[in-house]
Amino acid sequence: MSGTYLGMPSFPEAAKEAVHNVTLRANLRHATHTIRDKRALAVAELADWAELREAGKQIKDHTLRYLDRYLEQLETAVTEAGGTVHWAADAAEANRIVAGLVKATGEREVVKVKSMATQEIGLNEALEAEGISAYETDLAELIVQLGDDRPSHILVPAIHRNRGEIRDIFQDRMGSWGRPAPDGLSDNPTELAEAARLHLREKFLRAKVGISGANFMVAETGTLVVFESEGNGRMCLTLPETLISVVGIEKVVPSWRDLEVFLQTLPRSSTAERMNPYTSMWTGTADADGPQSFHLVLLDNGRTNALADEVGRQALRCIRCSACLNVCPVYERAGGHAYGSVYPGPIGAILSPQLRGIQSEIDASLPYASSLCGACYEVCPVAIDIPEVLVHLREKVADQGGKGHRLEKAAIKAAGWVLDHPAALAAGERAASRTRRLHPRKLPGAGAWTADRELPELPAESFRDWWKRNRT
Amino acid sequence: MSAGPHSRTSSRDRILARVRSAVAAAPEAPVPTRDYLTTHTPDDPAAVLDLLHENLADYRAVVHRTTADELPLLLMRLLAYRGSATVLVPPGLPPEWLSAADATRIHDRSVSTAQELDAVDSVVTGCALAIAETGTIVLDAGPGQGRRRITLIPDHHICVVRVPDQVVASVPQAMPRLDPTRPLTWISGPSATSDIELDRVEGVHGPRTLEVVLLQG
Ligand code: SF4
Repeated sequence: MSGTYLGMPSFPEAAKEAVHNVTLRANLRHATHTIRDKRALAVAELADWAELREAGKQIKDHTLRYLDRYLEQLETAVTEAGGTVHWAADAAEANRIVAGLVKATGEREVVKVKSMATQEIGLNEALEAEGISAYETDLAELIVQLGDDRPSHILVPAIHRNRGEIRDIFQDRMGSWGRPAPDGLSDNPTELAEAARLHLREKFLRAKVGISGANFMVAETGTLVVFESEGNGRMCLTLPETLISVVGIEKVVPSWRDLEVFLQTLPRSSTAERMNPYTSMWTGTADADGPQSFHLVLLDNGRTNALADEVGRQALRCIRCSACLNVCPVYERAGGHAYGSVYPGPIGAILSPQLRGIQSEIDASLPYASSLCGACYEVCPVAIDIPEVLVHLREKVADQGGKGHRLEKAAIKAAGWVLDHPAALAAGERAASRTRRLHPRKLPGAGAWTADRELPELPAESFRDWWKRNRT
Repeated sequence: MSAGPHSRTSSRDRILARVRSAVAAAPEAPVPTRDYLTTHTPDDPAAVLDLLHENLADYRAVVHRTTADELPLLLMRLLAYRGSATVLVPPGLPPEWLSAADATRIHDRSVSTAQELDAVDSVVTGCALAIAETGTIVLDAGPGQGRRRITLIPDHHICVVRVPDQVVASVPQAMPRLDPTRPLTWISGPSATSDIELDRVEGVHGPRTLEVVLLQG
């Protein structure tokens, strides 16, 4: 039921549309600025943030280097704890495995806790084709699903909707999926949340099958971890008889102790909280507590392609905190949908073309969806050098030969919307070249961007100052 | 299942082979350095307790401090104040805790359905640990805590933390004290969402009210 990304226009075209959507831009601006200001405070509470960031980076790099060993260790630990491990090379295989597991229970409906991996593989649509209804239970995902829409932000997927729209969606659509919205529902957030609670509760209490992703998997112990706020995750993870978790192979960490790093960095980077309201950790199955049948589907779906790229593989460190979205001037302007993938913003611009390849128009254009200002790198809790990967991928797009060249040109040409605001671009690139250590001297992509256009005088102030003055 | 054991094995081998060839040329990656702090708080139990109190309250948990003698009366009052007629009790909860409470005790049995638990007003549990720096209580399904579902379904959760032995300052101090083979639930304030225009609303699916009792002595 939720829309797919098939047939998306390239980034610049999709972005142009978003730039003209006033509601969307106002919502996004409010959201990104609010979250990033709060995040800065939450991070400032920890004097050792730089060390935590470095540890997180190193843990992930170490895991990726020996990923085969850690995956095998994880498989053994999960199996010993009573779970069953499945391996899925691509989306189709993962969907087949999950649909098969659900059918084996005899059930026709499942409850889901928000999972980017299952969105990435289009699981809901695949289940629907098999006659299985998958209910999203995160409030924002529910809004997106009922609205027959797509998520636009990693953390707050329905951020492009305001309260009036949400009220209308609930009133019009809840009834066809279960308990209807209460009569006279207002657009007050408390009332809207209550409507969602009532609508979903009847589904939780009768659900026999739950589907989740995971934020982390611990190789040493076989433990899976889900961070959330609303309790819908706990409902999906503990009430059903069968739990199926679909998780990208890069989500593994070696040891139990490693979690202490991410338990500190993820909530602060993501929701700007010291800790999110609920974190669930489970290891296989437990006697009479929670699902008695647990399946883990380990998903590749392009991750090993990214892993093979020595510059690009750092994208697999991502813990999906969404901090890079909230500081990105291009994301703020373009909105999450323009990225044509479940992964929006700066991380989407480097992850999607690596997972899917750069043959399509959208994927070839994504490495250009940036001003290379470097803010995404600065906030990233695992220090992914997103600008470095963007530049690297631009080279790859340019190297594709005839077709790639055409795509590159198209991407640059259609991207007038950023160049319509040349101060942002110029200031961004100036800050990038001045402040970023690992930044290459020559910017192949940026060179092409600026080749056929006069750049204005570079402002004397730093990008951050300019940004503060102009955008806050 | 549609993917038979044969295709499962081959996908497993294929993925592992792709991983191996992807990293074959990469340099060895050292064991991660851990230069971060194990705590951000002075080693003073009173200060740690105050910080726990403050951070719990900051995330909108209702915090009480009491002693063993006063606990039964406090719990009685908290349940009465909410008008709770029924209270869920995990199997290993010390019986004296609820000795003064009027509410009818409901025991979580494996045959109890989620619908039955949904009709209960409150739940009282202990915990495994509390973490001051993050304002978090951790449940590990131990005897005084019960199954994960009992602290999820009722709308009102009272959690008793024994001070000082169940209080740690930081997340790194908590990890070695927790057993990953047990199901763990980390709770920081009541259920909340900020999905509608970033307005924080408490209580979507988990308990709307979390009360934490710091039990001293
Ligand atoms: S790339 Fe870094 S900042 Fe962006 S979502 Fe991933 S971890 Fe967070």
